[in-house]
Amino acid sequence: MTYSAHFRIWRGSAAGGSLQDFDVDVSEGEVVLDIVHRIQATQAPDLAVRWNCKAGKCGSCSAEVNGRPRLMCMTRMSVFTEDEAVTVTPLRAFPVLRDLVTDVSFNYTKAREVPSFAPPEGLAPGEFRMQQVDVDRSQEFRKCIECFLCQNVCHVIRDHEDNKPAFAGPRFFARLAELEMHPLDTVDRRKRSQEQHGIGMCNITKCCSEVCPEGIKITDNAIIPMKERVADRKYDPVRWLGARIGRRGDGGAEV
Amino acid sequence: MGEHERHVYDVVVIGAGGAGLRAAIEARQRGMRTAVICKSLFGKAHTVMAEGGIAAAMANVNSHDDWQVHFRDTMRGGKFLNSWRMAQLHAQEAPQRVWELEAWGALFDRTPDGRISQRNFGGHEYPRLAHVGDRTGLELIRTLQQRIVALQQEDFRQHGDYEARLRVFAECTITELLKDGPRVAGAFGYWRESGRFVVFEAPAVILATGGIGKSYKVTSNSWEYTGDGHALALLAGGSLVNMEFVQFHPTGMVWPPSVKGILVTESVRGDGGVLRNSEGKRFMFDYVPDVFRAKYAETEEEADRWYADPDSNRRPPELLPRDEVARAINSEVKEGRGSPHGGVLLDVSSRLPADVIRRKLPSMYHQFKELADVDITAEPMEVGPTCHYVMGGVEVDPDTEGAVGVPGLFAAGEVAGGMHGSNRLGGNSLSDLLVFGRRAGLAAAAWVESLAGDSPAVAADDVTAAERTALAPFRDGTADNPYAVHQELQQTMNDLVGIIRRAGEMEEALDRLERLRKRAAEVAVEGHRQFNPGWHLALDLRNMLLVSECVARAALQREESRGGHTREDFPKASAQWRRWNLVCRLDATGQVSVDRKPLASMPPELLGLFERKELASYLAEDELAGLPEQPTGGGPR
Amino acid sequence: MSSVTSAPGRAEVEARTLRSDRWWVSPAVTFGVLFLFVVYATWRAFEDRHYFAEPYLSPFYSPCLATSCAPGSSDFGAAAGDWWRLSPALLILVFPLGFRLTCYYYRKAYYRAFWLSPPACAVAEPHRRYSGETRFPLVLQNAHRYFFYAALVFNVILTWDAILGFRNEDGEWGHMGLGTVVLLANAALLTVYTLSCHSCRHVVGGRLKHFSRHPVRYRLWTYVSRLNARHMLFAWLSLFSVAIADLYVRLLATDMFSDPRFF
Repeated sequence: MTYSAHFRIWRGSAAGGSLQDFDVDVSEGEVVLDIVHRIQATQAPDLAVRWNCKAGKCGSCSAEVNGRPRLMCMTRMSVFTEDEAVTVTPLRAFPVLRDLVTDVSFNYTKAREVPSFAPPEGLAPGEFRMQQVDVDRSQEFRKCIECFLCQNVCHVIRDHEDNKPAFAGPRFFARLAELEMHPLDTVDRRKRSQEQHGIGMCNITKCCSEVCPEGIKITDNAIIPMKERVADRKYDPVRWLGARIGRRGDGGAEV
Repeated sequence: MGEHERHVYDVVVIGAGGAGLRAAIEARQRGMRTAVICKSLFGKAHTVMAEGGIAAAMANVNSHDDWQVHFRDTMRGGKFLNSWRMAQLHAQEAPQRVWELEAWGALFDRTPDGRISQRNFGGHEYPRLAHVGDRTGLELIRTLQQRIVALQQEDFRQHGDYEARLRVFAECTITELLKDGPRVAGAFGYWRESGRFVVFEAPAVILATGGIGKSYKVTSNSWEYTGDGHALALLAGGSLVNMEFVQFHPTGMVWPPSVKGILVTESVRGDGGVLRNSEGKRFMFDYVPDVFRAKYAETEEEADRWYADPDSNRRPPELLPRDEVARAINSEVKEGRGSPHGGVLLDVSSRLPADVIRRKLPSMYHQFKELADVDITAEPMEVGPTCHYVMGGVEVDPDTEGAVGVPGLFAAGEVAGGMHGSNRLGGNSLSDLLVFGRRAGLAAAAWVESLAGDSPAVAADDVTAAERTALAPFRDGTADNPYAVHQELQQTMNDLVGIIRRAGEMEEALDRLERLRKRAAEVAVEGHRQFNPGWHLALDLRNMLLVSECVARAALQREESRGGHTREDFPKASAQWRRWNLVCRLDATGQVSVDRKPLASMPPELLGLFERKELASYLAEDELAGLPEQPTGGGPR
Repeated sequence: MSSVTSAPGRAEVEARTLRSDRWWVSPAVTFGVLFLFVVYATWRAFEDRHYFAEPYLSPFYSPCLATSCAPGSSDFGAAAGDWWRLSPALLILVFPLGFRLTCYYYRKAYYRAFWLSPPACAVAEPHRRYSGETRFPLVLQNAHRYFFYAALVFNVILTWDAILGFRNEDGEWGHMGLGTVVLLANAALLTVYTLSCHSCRHVVGGRLKHFSRHPVRYRLWTYVSRLNARHMLFAWLSLFSVAIADLYVRLLATDMFSDPRFF
């Protein structure tokens, strides 16, 4: 049941680094993170790796396995053939700290830029009433475990470091959509979505949805609906005209 | 010491799980400059692993529920060893804490009339757990995280700095508490990233570091659970209570080996899943203890009717408190009726339609599919007990969570002891975090205000000593590697101080722990200080060993079986032992000592919530004799 | 092409991608098929003949609005008059073309396959700069909803064309041939493609905050959402069907094939 696998793991820091080779035993049912831990315990005790729950729930062990952004704890060794070399690198869109650990502070900065949930004034805790159908959509986005794989794979920043200041990334488009669709939220974030969070930078090539370990349909259910809401506000001449004449409000979201 | 990075705060919270974040929010809302320190990234704490829900008697689904019923369930679950005051505060305040989350943006599953839906759980008389599918912990942590961000945004508007009054120090580990005389003065730690040291000066420190599961081999806990807060409190002169009570969750995954221990939520049973042995028998019917017999179904037919009509049927025995179920599974396996990989079968596939399973238990479906190639809508899961939670913890004042004996030190959440007695009910943990996290934040703020500027000071020598201790593992030589010592510790605790305990084995465990402590003091690590997991583990070993010794010593001393402590040589609960807490301290020489301390007695109005007959199964003769002849009955229904 | 995934501070990896699977297959196939379609459609649009074979009108030329249209093909009148000298297809093709060009699925397809932005997930794109859909001309993608409304009109027209297919060559009703089936299938696939569109999903209910207050629109939204999940499939099927329908008409019009009549 046990075989020896060939691993190539990126080791180094911002100053430089390279792929290093390891031959390591693999047993039935193991995942990539198990193997990285085995290398750590037997061959490279100072191999840096970030992890936590090892059950796909915390989103800490994000890395790139054979070039694909993945959670190491949810990547089973059985998806590789026994003679296939397994290459593990840190996330490539963020600065590396050491080995497989990257500096993901970009995401925490962006999180702060999204205006928080704002319930109606005077609605006391305990008085909230919401229907399940009205919270379903936002609940999908709240499944997000913040592994930041979507942020990492998004070419807008992965391939263009200079876009980082102007682009919030898929994770925070989902957050914006979550709040916009929250039945009791009172803030209109559509203008910001375009002007501060850069939703127009997204060209809906869907890699965020492809890598999401929670299966959140980020593009179809968050980004495109947000783009449409922005269009409601800004690119809809019928609504624009209505607003001018003063009959249909400001193109505001329908309740 | 001048060269270390230093920060001055009013309140420092160690730990960024549910309790830590809730405490920090409260302290900041009371105007305190607050720091939150966490070993992981912000928002990754172990709380995300909680699946089932938050227990709070909101009575949204069954209007009979109220705090008294919740209190009663909690005391029963803890086998009457709980701090009654904590259990009372918890039951009273939990609903407010849940509603508050909703006002901060949490989206719980709803009832048809738009309120927060509540689900059944082991030991809870009514559907009581507010939940979001089976990822409630994630919802809780994300909501608190976003509340922190909201407060930071408020500060940004006022001061132009997000971190003006509330800052999160992520990937930072605290290794020592610093004191000024008896009072807490701050904390010393290192950045995991750089290995650089950092000193926090603060008159109030709140421990919210969670549990100790990483001392066990099979555990549902993450690497963070190394008993840091427990050990820090001990080293600072505090005490731990109830450390012998370790909860083994009855249902952890057992196969494949690499995922052994990962939690299978109790909701599987709450929503209809049943336990069977290799003969296909629902064995839990054979394991209903006398004290619970009146509340649980005797036939499969009645148990099955309960899901649809809980008012006129009794609940299935699969929903007994966790300790009972864990012991039952242990016995079945031991008697040769286990599943192929040494567990039992948990089956929901024959009980619910596939789409309902996928909707109600999405992450369980996902977890088994991805990690074990098992489709839980078509076949049963293999499950077995896994170390899940420690009931014991820092001895605190029930109202303020102030650590006994260390002014300025507070503890909330799993790291605090008392609330759950000898066994915690599912769902009571998340509510515990919120209720006592808030109370700790409140009390810490009050403490800081009461000082009126007379702040304790950090002594330079203490910082130098802390630094020396932290650097010790970078020694030359061919000493042990920390991974080997850790593995042996886990094996020792698992084998010798596990679910079923025997005096001889625990004595052997203490011997081994003694040897491991010596080896741990000599471990050597390679490389440098930047993100070096070997070094981090070497430092964590001290904490795990201290805490493990407390568990083993207390377990050896308590000669009865109760909740999360089962002695093969003393299989029955003893009413005399119920009157005692075991309190663990460090003496002047650094040795662990365990002493008895009488348990606070419950006031008559709370005793009146129980029938005398039930009390008789917990209390000693002389305690019963002191009660009024006709207690006020079974409490409000 | 050099990698642009690297930037100061990031882990130094030379390779443009470390993906070991055949990630280039999908963009290559997309490129090939779309390229062939564009070549075929351009040729046919400019060809200006063989688009009408009584009773069938090619979808590329419907509605045929110029005076120069083949006799009998202008079912909606020659509204454009006789000043239009080019192929009448060019008058109307801008609408279906615009609908597809701004379609949220096709955007993904051609940004990946033609513009390589990115060619596949975690494969570096070759461009130094990137501004997404924030500037002219790509900001016009926001007009998708208008093309959606136009596409609805075209669906009605093409459905009417298919219904006209229930006549014989002399214009008598109650007949049917293989061409009728081809046009019907095409009209149906185009309609499903249109209704599964993301803008449609938004308009029927997606923009609402409270589904519970609008049960009918919620119901519609759930239907459209179900279709929307297969938008890509319908995009391809309808692309093939429209080309096949045109080709079929051309085969009939050039007498290379004669329409099997059922009744």
